[in-house]
Amino acid sequence: MTGGTKTVPASLSGIASRPGQPAAALDMPVKIAVNALNFYYGDKRALDGINIQIRANLVTAFIGPSGCGKSTFLRTLNRMNDIIPATRVEGTVQIDGQSIYESKVDVVQLRRKVGMVFQKSNPFPKSIFENVAYGLRINGLTKSKAEMAERVEESLRQAAIWDEVKDRLDESALALSGGQQQRLCIARALAIRPEILLMDEPASALDPIATQRIEELIYELKKSYTIVIVTHNMQQAARVSDFTAFFWLGRLIEFDRTDRMFTAPGEKLTEDYVTGRCG
Amino acid sequence: MRKQADLLFQIVSLATLIVALGALGALVYDIFHDGASRLSWSFLSNIASRNAAEAGVYHALMGSIWVIALTGALALPTGVGAAIYLEEYGSRSRIARFIELNISNLAAVPSIIYGLLGLGLFVRLMGMGQSVIAGAATLALLALPVVILSTREALRTVPNSIREGSYALGATKWQTIWNQVLPMALPGVLTGLILALSRAIGETAPLITIGALTYIPFAPDSIWSKFTVLPIQVFNWVSRPQADFKANAAAGILVLLALLLSMNAVAIVVRDRSQRRGRA
Repeated sequence: MTGGTKTVPASLSGIASRPGQPAAALDMPVKIAVNALNFYYGDKRALDGINIQIRANLVTAFIGPSGCGKSTFLRTLNRMNDIIPATRVEGTVQIDGQSIYESKVDVVQLRRKVGMVFQKSNPFPKSIFENVAYGLRINGLTKSKAEMAERVEESLRQAAIWDEVKDRLDESALALSGGQQQRLCIARALAIRPEILLMDEPASALDPIATQRIEELIYELKKSYTIVIVTHNMQQAARVSDFTAFFWLGRLIEFDRTDRMFTAPGEKLTEDYVTGRCG
Repeated sequence: MRKQADLLFQIVSLATLIVALGALGALVYDIFHDGASRLSWSFLSNIASRNAAEAGVYHALMGSIWVIALTGALALPTGVGAAIYLEEYGSRSRIARFIELNISNLAAVPSIIYGLLGLGLFVRLMGMGQSVIAGAATLALLALPVVILSTREALRTVPNSIREGSYALGATKWQTIWNQVLPMALPGVLTGLILALSRAIGETAPLITIGALTYIPFAPDSIWSKFTVLPIQVFNWVSRPQADFKANAAAGILVLLALLLSMNAVAIVVRDRSQRRGRA
C-alpha cells in the first residue's frame, strides 16, 4: 500500500460511486473468513492463496478480467464446485466461524444457508409458483399449503416481482422476460431464507432497465442478507457494493472499501484495471 | 455437369423413398384386402376353432395385452433405473465405458437368443413355468437395451443449469433427478419405451421358445397362466392348409396393427402433454 495521498486520475473520477458511507456502518461482523485458499481443477491451480474476510449485511463485489477465478471462488463458498469432478480445495473457508470443508459438514444444509443466483437465469420448466416452492418442498420447510403460499408470496415480494406475477402464478416460468426470470430466480433463492446470497454476474444478460431493478433490489436485500456479487462491470461494482475485491489470474490483488478502491487504489495493477489500462 | 448430378441425386432419393413407401403401402393394402372382411366384433371375441368362420382372436389378443403390459411394467423401472445410474451416478472409468459399449451390442442380439435365455433362466431355473410372466420377463430383457439407451439420451438433453439450480437450493442428487431431471427427460423416455414395446409386441420366436402355445383354450387369468399371443396365432393360421384361414390371418395382423397404433397414440398424447406443461 503506497503511502501519502494521491491525486485522483481523471478517468477514475468518471466512475460514479455512492457517497461514501460513514466508516462505522461498514464495521459489520465477519461472516465469511477465507484463509490461504488454493483451488485446483485437476492439476491446474485456479486460485492461489486467497485470504479475505467478508462482512455481514454488506455487499461485497468481486471484480477482475475473464478467467481470473472470481466465479470459481464464488462457487467455493457454497461448495458448488463439488459437483465438478477432479477438483481439490486447500486452505479453509469459515462461515460464522465454522469450516465448511470438513467431512462432517452437511452440504445440503450449507446450501440452504448460502444461496446462489446464476449468470444465466435458469428457472425450472414449471409454473412460477412451483419454481419458488421447490426449495421449500425439498427441504420440508412448510407444514401446510397455506404456509407455502405465504412463503412464496413473501419471496416474490422480496424479489420485487410479486405485482407482475401475482395473477399468473400457475403459468410457466419460461414465459417471463429475461429480467423477470432472473428476479424469479432470486425469489427462488430467497424462499429458503438463506443468510448469504451469492450472485454470479446476475445482470450481465439483462438490458439496462432490468439491470437497474436488480441493482436496486440488491441495495434493499442487504439489510437482511450478506451479499457477494461477481461482476465484470466495474461501474456496477462501484454503484452497488460496499467492499470490492480485485482478482487477477487466480490471486486476490486488493480488497478494500469500494469508495477507496475506485478513487485511490493501493496496488498499481488495481489502478490499471480500474482505469481500463489493462484487462 | 454438377447441376445434373445434383438433380440425378434428388431423383434417385425420391425414387428410393417411393419404393420403400410403396412396398409398405402395398403390404398394408394387401392385408386390408384379405382381412378387412373378417374383422368384426365376433372375430375379436371368438376363440380359436377348427372352423375358420368361427375362429377368433380373443385368447391371443388377451395374451398379447397381458404380456405387453407386464413387459412394460418390468422394463420401464429397470431400464430407467439403469440409465439413471449410468448417466448420473456412474464414473467415467474404463469399466463404465465397457458397459456402455456393450449395451448397444445387446440391442442387436437376435431375439431367439433372448428366448433361449428366458427358457433357461425364467422358465426352468426360477421355476416360472411357461407362463405370462416368463414371457414378459423375456421380452423385458429384449426391450431393456433400447429403453436404457434412449433414456440416457433423454437425460443428456436436460441442461446442466437445471441440475445446478436444484443443487444450489439444497437438493440432494436423488431429489434433483426425481423432481427436475426425470420429468424433463420424460418425452424421450416414453419414446424409447414405446419403440421397445412396439418391437416386443411382434416377437414370435422368443415366446415360442419359452413355451407360448399355438393352441390354447383359455385367456390368461393370472401372471402364471399359460398363454398365446397374436403373432403366434397368426402364424398358426397361416400354416393351415384351408384357404379360409388366410383371411383370418390377415385380420389377425390388422388387430395387431391396431394394438400397435393405439399404444403409439397413448405415448404421443402423454409425451405431448408433458412437453406442453414445461413450455410457455
